[in-house]
Amino acid sequence: MNPNPSKYTQLKNRILAFIALILVLSFGIFLITWIQNDAGSTLDADKEEGTLSASDSLKLAIEQDGKDRDPETQLVLGKGFEIVKANCTNCHSSALLIQNRFTREGWKAKIEWMQETQGLWPLGESEDDILDYLAEHYAPEAYVGRRAPLKDIEWYELN
Amino acid sequence: MAALKPEPTKSELTNPSRRSFVRKSLLTTFSTILGADIVYASFMPKGYIPVALSLQSNPMDGKNPEMIIRNEKPWNLEARPHLLDDAITPAKNMFIRNNGLIPENIDVDTWTLKISGESVVQEKTFTLAELKKNFKAYTYQLVLECGGNGRAGFYPPASGNQWEEGAVACAEWTGVRLKDVLNAVGIKLDAVYIGYYGADKHLNGKADEVVISRGAPISKAMQDETLLAWALNGEDIPLAHGYPLRLVAGGWPASVSGKWVHTIVVRNKVHDGAKMMGDSYRVPKNPVAPGTKVPDEDMKIIESMPVKSLITFPKSGAMFEKSRKLGVRGKAWAGELEVSAMEVSVDFGATWVQCQLKKPKNRLAWQEWNVELSFPEEGYYEIWAKATDSKGNSQPMVIPGWNPKGYLNNSCHRIGVKVK
Repeated sequence: MNPNPSKYTQLKNRILAFIALILVLSFGIFLITWIQNDAGSTLDADKEEGTLSASDSLKLAIEQDGKDRDPETQLVLGKGFEIVKANCTNCHSSALLIQNRFTREGWKAKIEWMQETQGLWPLGESEDDILDYLAEHYAPEAYVGRRAPLKDIEWYELN
Repeated sequence: MAALKPEPTKSELTNPSRRSFVRKSLLTTFSTILGADIVYASFMPKGYIPVALSLQSNPMDGKNPEMIIRNEKPWNLEARPHLLDDAITPAKNMFIRNNGLIPENIDVDTWTLKISGESVVQEKTFTLAELKKNFKAYTYQLVLECGGNGRAGFYPPASGNQWEEGAVACAEWTGVRLKDVLNAVGIKLDAVYIGYYGADKHLNGKADEVVISRGAPISKAMQDETLLAWALNGEDIPLAHGYPLRLVAGGWPASVSGKWVHTIVVRNKVHDGAKMMGDSYRVPKNPVAPGTKVPDEDMKIIESMPVKSLITFPKSGAMFEKSRKLGVRGKAWAGELEVSAMEVSVDFGATWVQCQLKKPKNRLAWQEWNVELSFPEEGYYEIWAKATDSKGNSQPMVIPGWNPKGYLNNSCHRIGVKVK
């Protein structure tokens, strides 16, 4: 039952490579967590100094997912962004888009509701581009149960 | 793009011709700035100002910088729970819920309140001075909570501002009783409902379009605590909260408490103003599965808000030594009812600790509670808070019944703490 030496070495190398991969990944995750915590505490410091402007506060509410955003509206940059900005931020703030999550059908229903009751103009051929954009970037997130874990807790020493 | 957000000077804000010049010159370059044409631009009503160019006064002026901005057009602000630790909520920590644009250039000397509608004996108009002179003023602490407070907890997601916990406040309101005014005007026996009209402007820029016109059954209108108020915590109501006159109907969705009120109508049927119909401030008559499409005729108007509570101290995230006895405190309220019991749990509901609970200052005011907790082991804990009303209804630990617009989420509030 002696294993073939070359096969044995191969197996050993594979296991070592796997362990190395795990180590690299853990370090990466640690690094990301550390960087994010650091970013969080910088924002806290701003808050304490009372320099939190309206737009800063709005940015805080937006998840830090690394996506590029339009500095003016905080909308995710992507195909269709310009047409969404041009049509959807006249009457109301972009915040109304950013904080909502719908399927393509759900967004279409909101557009129809705005056209029926709120005076939104016909969107013509732009409608498809707008819906594609919204359905891609502002779709419902995965279901998290009847109570999600608490998130974004800002830990502090209680005096 | 920086050109999109010019800081208006005071003279721009107050001088109409200067403002209209700014608006016109900005609009001509609108599509250039945004880098995209609006396909059917001719359908846009005249006078549109892109949101970034809006010259609305900023209601964050005078607000606590820790308030969460849910929306800046229309303006909607929410408090974080630890900002609601005062017995009486200061104006700076009060949530703002708007459906339209805050009115500008209000002249308190010429402001009038008209009482009209099918069921008044004779229409009558009062100046503010007449209201103050002719009727006795009362002061009450009243809970105002947005019907959609907690909407963010529902799944599938419900549309609208994604309020978490803080669209609620209990401030001290001063004004005259609506019932005294209605009785002075004289209302007919067939009166069933009142509705309000306010001076806010529709987002679509149409001057004659009503933003929101809700109301309440006559029985609610005739309660002692239903006020036409001009003062908040002893001072003029701030503009964003309804200056110079608003309705305050504690314990009901705050949308019943119309702001900038200039007209009250007494109706011989359920008021059918804007946001009374459809799915606005309504929930299914019978429980529905999450995500169900509910026809309008199967929806009912929300009346009293459900029992609810908040932990206002400590702020979530507190870290402390194991030897410490942790004082925990907060607020509890129950719509039309009183809160009869308050409990907290540090083991996800396996056991509950009874809290000390104060009586309300007056009917429809919130109640303060507190408790001292000790923790047996180091580690991560969640403190969950649960109130029970005088009819035995408690707050659910899970998210309550789903409804299309995400109203009435009164699930237990909880905070995270670490014991070292």
